[in-house]
Amino acid sequence: MGEVEKMKKEAEGLKTEIEAARKAVHDTDMAAAAAGLAPAPRVQLKTRRTLKGHLAKIYAMHWCTDNKLMVSASQDGKLIIWDSHSGNKINAIPLKSSWVMTSAYAPSGNLVASGGLDNMCTVYNLKTPVVKIIKELDAHTGYLSCARFLNDADILTASGDTTCALWDIETGKQKTVFLNHIGDCMCLALSTDMNTFVSGACDSLAKLWDIRDGQCKQTFQGHTSDINAISFFPTGNAFITGSDDCTCKMYDIRSDQEVIGYQDAQLNSGVTSLALSMSGRLIFAGYDDFNCNIWDSLKGEKIGVLSGHDNRVSCTGVPSDGMCVCTGSWDSFLKIWN
Amino acid sequence: MSNNSANNSLVLLHKSVKQLRLEAGIRRMKVSQAASDLKTFCLQNASKDPLLMGVPSNDNPFRPPKSCALF
Repeated sequence: MGEVEKMKKEAEGLKTEIEAARKAVHDTDMAAAAAGLAPAPRVQLKTRRTLKGHLAKIYAMHWCTDNKLMVSASQDGKLIIWDSHSGNKINAIPLKSSWVMTSAYAPSGNLVASGGLDNMCTVYNLKTPVVKIIKELDAHTGYLSCARFLNDADILTASGDTTCALWDIETGKQKTVFLNHIGDCMCLALSTDMNTFVSGACDSLAKLWDIRDGQCKQTFQGHTSDINAISFFPTGNAFITGSDDCTCKMYDIRSDQEVIGYQDAQLNSGVTSLALSMSGRLIFAGYDDFNCNIWDSLKGEKIGVLSGHDNRVSCTGVPSDGMCVCTGSWDSFLKIWN
Repeated sequence: MSNNSANNSLVLLHKSVKQLRLEAGIRRMKVSQAASDLKTFCLQNASKDPLLMGVPSNDNPFRPPKSCALF
């Protein structure tokens, strides 16, 4: 018993040490540092496309790196590949399980993936004459909440079983399992250099992981409920989170702490999704209240809103050329705005 | 408390302490420096950000320019 007491004391000591170290570098916050900046222009975006085709709630969408094609997933049991410029459907892929929660496009454009309450990540080849399943990645013991391809050979997943995993698609096996969260993992974002990723979970924590050694390097606190959405700032030195506590937060990795929060007393709906504009100045955050709010990432002010959906906004995405923002909703439609 | 669950607590605690030691050991940058870097990036890239600047119809793939065709 003495051993346990000793360890508990050491743990408390270390937590205090970490908080003190964070406080020691907290010589300002982002809003104060940005006080002298001109406000971002009042952003008024128009719906340029309404993509109709799904017959039930849309849960996820992801842009292809070509900035034109995108994949969406709906609980109508389909993945649809859209040409966003023409609005046409390129492919409608039937899912074995309609309880889908995530979809992803590989950077090459050759593959897409989906997963959900089936606890599996299914990878599809888009380049065969008929779209084919190339692998069913089956080892998670909880739902698949998020998947992201590193390349055609490797994919990262986040699961309700509290783990994230890196898979070898060809063998179908997990290469690395990332263990540290104590709640369902809800989202992940890959760094551009692909050496690290960040995850958000129902334990209200965000964690930074080293992909190569499988270690959790840093843990970020602040949210008071599930973190549903996470996205890197373009420099890779910071990331934004969105939570059921109705707020978004920006965490700086090098300072190891929250640097600004995005909240409004009148907003009492959870954040479901988020995406950043190309310069990182604008945050598009989807909420349960059917809107997508636009935040000035540096000043912490709400500067616009995308209204048009008749139900919860469940997913958002900005393509790599920053030309537009796409919102997907439980109303079964996707909208493209710019 | 059975021996088994006591061992489990010990193992979990040990992992927890190990993780905390790792996280305590990192170097932290001053927030003023980090914030400055973020600000600089946003400002330097603002003019290239279509959603911030607005997209002229000619360059907007989602909005064909209005044109008159004379046959």
